[in-house]
Amino acid sequence: MSQSFDIIIVGAGIVGAACAAECAEAGLKTLILDRSIASGGTTAAGMGHIVVMDDSEAQFALTEYSRRLWLQLRDQLSADVEYEVCGTLWVAADDEEMAEARRKEKYYTERKALVEILDGEGVRRAEPNLRLGLAGGLRVVDDGVIYPPCAARFLLDKARRHGAELRTGAAVTALLPEGGVALADGSCISAGRSVNATGPWSPELMPGLPVRKRKGHLVITDRYPGFVHHQIVELGYLKSAHSVSKDSVAFNIQPRQTGQMLIGSSRQYDAEGTEVDHGILSRMLGRAMEYLPALGQLSATRVWTGHRAATPDKLPLIGPSLEHDRIWLASGHEGLGITTSLGTGRLLADLLLGRSTEIPAQPYAPARFVNGSASHG
Amino acid sequence: MAEQIRLRVNGKNVSVTAGTVVAAAVAQAGQTRFRRSIRGEARGPLCGMGICMECRVTINGQAHVRSCQLLCEEAMEVRTDE
Repeated sequence: MSQSFDIIIVGAGIVGAACAAECAEAGLKTLILDRSIASGGTTAAGMGHIVVMDDSEAQFALTEYSRRLWLQLRDQLSADVEYEVCGTLWVAADDEEMAEARRKEKYYTERKALVEILDGEGVRRAEPNLRLGLAGGLRVVDDGVIYPPCAARFLLDKARRHGAELRTGAAVTALLPEGGVALADGSCISAGRSVNATGPWSPELMPGLPVRKRKGHLVITDRYPGFVHHQIVELGYLKSAHSVSKDSVAFNIQPRQTGQMLIGSSRQYDAEGTEVDHGILSRMLGRAMEYLPALGQLSATRVWTGHRAATPDKLPLIGPSLEHDRIWLASGHEGLGITTSLGTGRLLADLLLGRSTEIPAQPYAPARFVNGSASHG
Repeated sequence: MAEQIRLRVNGKNVSVTAGTVVAAAVAQAGQTRFRRSIRGEARGPLCGMGICMECRVTINGQAHVRSCQLLCEEAMEVRTDE
């Protein structure tokens, strides 16, 4: 064994970067390894929506906590992180979705998250390019957007300022029960603990882990400043994003500082390849044009795909693995990893150091999956 | 005589033969600066076949239209250098 570290984080995406920043800041001797470049996987492919979601109490707790950490960090972030608190506008197409908007309004308000109900005219005033006849919507005021690769680099830089070391092009082949990792070149590095933060690729190091790749497509447009002002998501998104099985698309658009827009979203299981699926792409863009008819006149400049790390209960895996207390996890963040990276890093460091956590960490404990299924509701 | 089409480039009246692409009408109007790059540099047609995206202009309020790929139409309003 060469050099010893307190902790080795495998995967230099935004989740690994956030874990590294917290561990290094807490004084742990930290090493971050990535088999490729830093933040070139899921982090580089995603939208960068800082969003509070309420699929479950635990999801709300982690997204809200994380959003608070992003807002606290805002003044320190470099300009290239492009953090804009533009808000999320959830749009309701019909009365059924409007009822969902009102349910959401009550839920968020009870938990002190700032929201505002809009009627049909209200959403058109907020976003004049939305089609006529929408029932209304809900604005989540403090949500925002960032540019994830630069945010991840900011966190890695922060970790390094606190003494962490980053090695790229270093492929890990095994996490060792006695602590540390084995590398593809045959060498080993010892450490008190290792953390699997490899997202959709986590099962490669932990066969049987309940994490599945969920493919997504994104489109970026040319520059049309002011075409949309909020991150706009259809409330029908809840029906598609939360269905755990079949391929789905939902309208989701994000304004960037350049005036460009990112258009999503699609979700596919059992699609391991990175190629663009033109059937899904045209369904996705068709859906977006149902909400923003003028979108069809604009130019797209690029289309790409990425993979999310999906778990059966839509909550991440944060903490010691089932098998070994020296092998930890920070993975399974599905479509929320950019938001929840900061909460994840803080929780992981709190758990490692035996500090108290600001929100309960138990809902994200990998131990909830015994024999591959959640041990609680 | 071939049909003439009248359009405006940055407010200036231009008359071209039917079948003329917008890029040619812009050149005829004396404009060499079709668009401005994100760093403020002048840009104009390069490939002439819709690939390089350098000839983009605003047509009837629609930004980023490739002027080399579109035929002139009567009363078109073209704006350059945006």
